[in-house]
Amino acid sequence: MIENHRKRPNFRQLFEKLWLKLVGSLKNSVPQIVAILAAFLIGAIVLLATGYSPLEAYGAILTGAFGDIYGIGQTLTQATPILFTALAFLLSFKCGLFNLGAEGQLIVGGFFAAVVGISFSGMPFFIHLPLALLAGAFGGALLGFIPAVLKAKLGAHEVITTMMLSYVALYVTSYFVNYPLKAPGWVSQTIPVAPSAELPRLLPVTQLSGAFVVSIVAAAATVYLLERTTIGYEIRAMGLNPAAAENAGINTKRGLILAFVISGAIAGIGGAGEILGVHRRFIDGFSPGYGWDGLAVALIGGLNPLGSIVAAILFGAIRSGGITMNVSTGVPLDIINILQALVVLFVAAPKLIGYIRKKGGFKWLTSRT
Amino acid sequence: MVNITDIVNAGLFAASLRMATPLVFASIGGIFSERVGIVNIALEGMMLTGAFSGVLATFATGNPWIGVLASVLAGGLLGYLHAILTVKFSGNQIISGTGINLLALGATAYLCQAVWGSRGASQSVQGLEAISIPLINDIPFLGEVIGNQTPLVYLSILVAILSYILLFKTPGGLRIRAVGEHPAAADTTGVDVYRTKYLCLILSGMLAGLGGAFLSLGHLSLFVLGMTGGRGFIALAAMIIGGWTPFGALGASFLFGFADALQIRLQSVGILPSQIVLTLPYILTIVVVAVFARKRLPPSDYKPYEKD
Repeated sequence: MIENHRKRPNFRQLFEKLWLKLVGSLKNSVPQIVAILAAFLIGAIVLLATGYSPLEAYGAILTGAFGDIYGIGQTLTQATPILFTALAFLLSFKCGLFNLGAEGQLIVGGFFAAVVGISFSGMPFFIHLPLALLAGAFGGALLGFIPAVLKAKLGAHEVITTMMLSYVALYVTSYFVNYPLKAPGWVSQTIPVAPSAELPRLLPVTQLSGAFVVSIVAAAATVYLLERTTIGYEIRAMGLNPAAAENAGINTKRGLILAFVISGAIAGIGGAGEILGVHRRFIDGFSPGYGWDGLAVALIGGLNPLGSIVAAILFGAIRSGGITMNVSTGVPLDIINILQALVVLFVAAPKLIGYIRKKGGFKWLTSRT
Repeated sequence: MVNITDIVNAGLFAASLRMATPLVFASIGGIFSERVGIVNIALEGMMLTGAFSGVLATFATGNPWIGVLASVLAGGLLGYLHAILTVKFSGNQIISGTGINLLALGATAYLCQAVWGSRGASQSVQGLEAISIPLINDIPFLGEVIGNQTPLVYLSILVAILSYILLFKTPGGLRIRAVGEHPAAADTTGVDVYRTKYLCLILSGMLAGLGGAFLSLGHLSLFVLGMTGGRGFIALAAMIIGGWTPFGALGASFLFGFADALQIRLQSVGILPSQIVLTLPYILTIVVVAVFARKRLPPSDYKPYEKD
């Protein structure tokens, strides 16, 4: 009797708690929603000014991204590398630094994974695949390590060094697939990786691969790292107040290097996932700018790994639906890069969002906040 | 067999001067921004937009000087946008700058397709003609290097001199530096901190746009997708190792311009694969930023200033 009495309200409380949490997180993401709406509004003006119908274009993105099972599969495929680079950016941001080199780390990670993928044959998949993924992580970590050490030991500005390294990564990998590792034919690419290094496809016809699962695991691991481990605590402390962190006995140089190495490794696994799961070989310039998508996604996701999952799916939808839009309406694909940039600009200044909500027609979104 | 004089000759130095020019404009643009306490990593996007706008306006009017004007205006507009986001709304300077870079990349690619139907490059337009300076032109080596360049090359050196005078020899320059070093103190002495920041950021964007105009109108006479190729960031490096002074930036820009010219030269000689040669300016930038990082202190603290 007593037990029953205790159980029922508990269940209701749990439900209420969940509901409040959902409402709360929705309310917390109002600024991000306003940023996205405002970006699409300006995008519509750009489309109109260049002679395209925004309704048709956005409609094509929507149906392309979610219209059928194929669209959904491609949306999640596109969301995968974006989630990895978002996690990479947010990890560096949490320790108060900017890793603008996720694009290069992704490329090098993909390249290292491809090299391991094509170098061995006849290896069991449960050794070959993890080895190739690890190689990707190592490649990305290597590229994260260089700017981190230059920052920690010499004070070199990480924004400049990470950007410059991305160009170096692009050209050096391009050299390899144009000369020593070039597959026969006219395309700048390697030969396919061995089947034992392939990430399995999850949905027939689409390119959705096991990389998506790995990306979700990476998001969960990032939450764990930041919330439950000492190094995560140190990283967050450094981000909030480096001087105080130093005074509290945290080795900030070590923390900085670790944060960048892990950040690079995550982006590197993202590149490996693209190569082993989607392309199955390294193709010159395979990334259409996933590194920058990741930056936008991390910001839209509220610099939170779980929020980044939602935002990555949104940006994946824009990328995969964008291809449909380009084919069916002829709107240049670059409109989606404009949308992405506008989102970043709006999120850059939270006060701007507040200003828009006050002055613009978004009052209905501001209830009780 | 490649002869050393095929690579190192007066032509190489003339090319260095040309490749340094966009960096001179952009790095001095960076100085005006950082001197009032705002990091301007948007230089890259401002240059790219300037390069595109210059070609677009020249394509429409047939006059490259109207193109240059359009480049300056477009760059200034982006400087204004950076100011609105970082000064008025105290936004994050790096994120705002990244957003502007992404916007420039996306918008120029989109418009290039909308106007010329090709994503990769625009049509060729009338570029800026080189002018030859009569007497200097006749000096053997020097004449070849500096005697026959587009007017923007000479303008870049003039801009460095004028910027030095403005920043360090006039009351206005003192105000600019005060706003960056101690905005609250500048405010109490009657300097309009916000206005100074806005003006300097617009000027910064205009100079970067001019650098972009040189790339498209003074160099190739067409727009190519992503043609700045990270030069905005190299300009930032030039600004840092130049100690945030116009002449320092000028000197550093020549160093990077030389690396760029050498890289182009080595590509055409063909002793190394172009992809490897192309990394030269970027690796040099990393090395130089790392080596000089400790030597200089930035002139301001880059925090948004808010009046009580």
